[in-house]
Amino acid sequence: MAETPIPLEVRNIKKRFGDTEVLKGLSLSAHKGDVITLIGASGSGKSTFLRCMNLLEQPDEGDLIVHGEEVRFRQTRHGREPADWKQVVRMRAKLSMVFQGFNLWAHMTLLENIIEAPVHVLGKPKKEAIEQARALLERVGLTARADAYPAQMSGGQQQRGAIARALAMDPEVMLFDEPTSALDPELVGDVLKVMHELAEEGRTMIVVTHEMSFARDVSSQVIYLHQGLVEEAGAPDQVLGNPQSPRLKQFLAPKY
Amino acid sequence: MLDLHGYGPRLLEGAGVTLQLAVLSLALAILLGLATASARMSRGWLLQRLATLYTTVIRGVPDLVLMMLLFFGGQMALNVITDALYDRFGVDWYVNLNAFAAGVITIGFIFGAYMGETFRGAFMAVDAGQIEAGKAYGMSPWLVFRRIRFPQMMRHALPGISNNWMVLLKTTALVSVIGLSDMVRVAAEASRATHEPFTFLLPVAAAYLLIASVSEWLFAWLQKRYNIGFGGH
Repeated sequence: MAETPIPLEVRNIKKRFGDTEVLKGLSLSAHKGDVITLIGASGSGKSTFLRCMNLLEQPDEGDLIVHGEEVRFRQTRHGREPADWKQVVRMRAKLSMVFQGFNLWAHMTLLENIIEAPVHVLGKPKKEAIEQARALLERVGLTARADAYPAQMSGGQQQRGAIARALAMDPEVMLFDEPTSALDPELVGDVLKVMHELAEEGRTMIVVTHEMSFARDVSSQVIYLHQGLVEEAGAPDQVLGNPQSPRLKQFLAPKY
Repeated sequence: MLDLHGYGPRLLEGAGVTLQLAVLSLALAILLGLATASARMSRGWLLQRLATLYTTVIRGVPDLVLMMLLFFGGQMALNVITDALYDRFGVDWYVNLNAFAAGVITIGFIFGAYMGETFRGAFMAVDAGQIEAGKAYGMSPWLVFRRIRFPQMMRHALPGISNNWMVLLKTTALVSVIGLSDMVRVAAEASRATHEPFTFLLPVAAAYLLIASVSEWLFAWLQKRYNIGFGGH
């Protein structure tokens, strides 16, 4: 039997904005069921790295392999670009992203948000998509808000809705870009609880976060980035419990 | 009772011409406007320049002059082409530029430039995160446009479209210079013949006002529709 391909592999990603090199060669392999958390100070490149994984940012160098399929690039006047946008569309559909600012589509109800991509991108029958969406809403505790518009929901509800939207794609890998950073402190818990459950059921996740307790409890691997490079990486009790680099020690030290 | 001296049917016909001309020109202007906005926001250097040239020229030259230039100049250009076809290849094909089509093309062309600016501003007002979410979920650029950018842009564009439409509606009166019998031309003719200008011009003014009021109601309805989910007005 053929081995199932690794959900996501990135190799030697480099990215510069103007004269500043923000990613200086980053690699990562997400195997099935992995929960990889990316931590680091702001400006360390962790969000940019995550956004390179689904090509919301175009890496200047490096390889990207989604479920065994390598993304092809070509050089243009505007820099390096994917050679085949159809391939990008196909690969993005396997990676769902949860954004810091939620980014639920404002002109659609929550239910419409959840069925949008399954129906229009994956071509799922609408009836089936709605059934699935209702089940997902129940899971994230938002059954009652199916017909609400994002603007009528709290931040925590929006983010849980956005997670339901991500799950509806049945993704290979879920990418979380600081999912709790825009939330009021009392709403963070509900979102983390949902993410905790996803990790437990074996979802492959890559999470950019400032929530150290989440990183400690849930991740299989923690990567600490500093100025576009991996400063330290490994199991959470090692990286967070016994940091080696002085910078990481300082980063983890209580700020008060 | 209002005595229209037998001009009633022709006035009504003229009103039909005005309305058709306005609606078709609006459709063309919207298409050209979307194309111009896309061109100006594109990365292509040539496209950007062409779109900028178009908006600058159209907005800087009087509508009346443009209309005559396009109608007479367009016919001359067509003649040159058809003559050449006859001389070179013996193709006996002659096209007479239809005044109605010329009117639609000219007015659509003029207002396409204004619409372009309206749409450009509206597209830029859409939150970038909304578009990113579309991309991140595997939507093609066309799908992002159809499902996210267009519906979210419209709430910003509608006030501008509505404004352009009101001006466009009144601009249709210019087509009398290229020989089209819209309601203004019929009314002017009737006024001269009967020496009773108010008998004809007041109903015409009322007809414009009626069209304007109905469209305002329509735009209010559209605005409400495209504001769904955004709260407020």
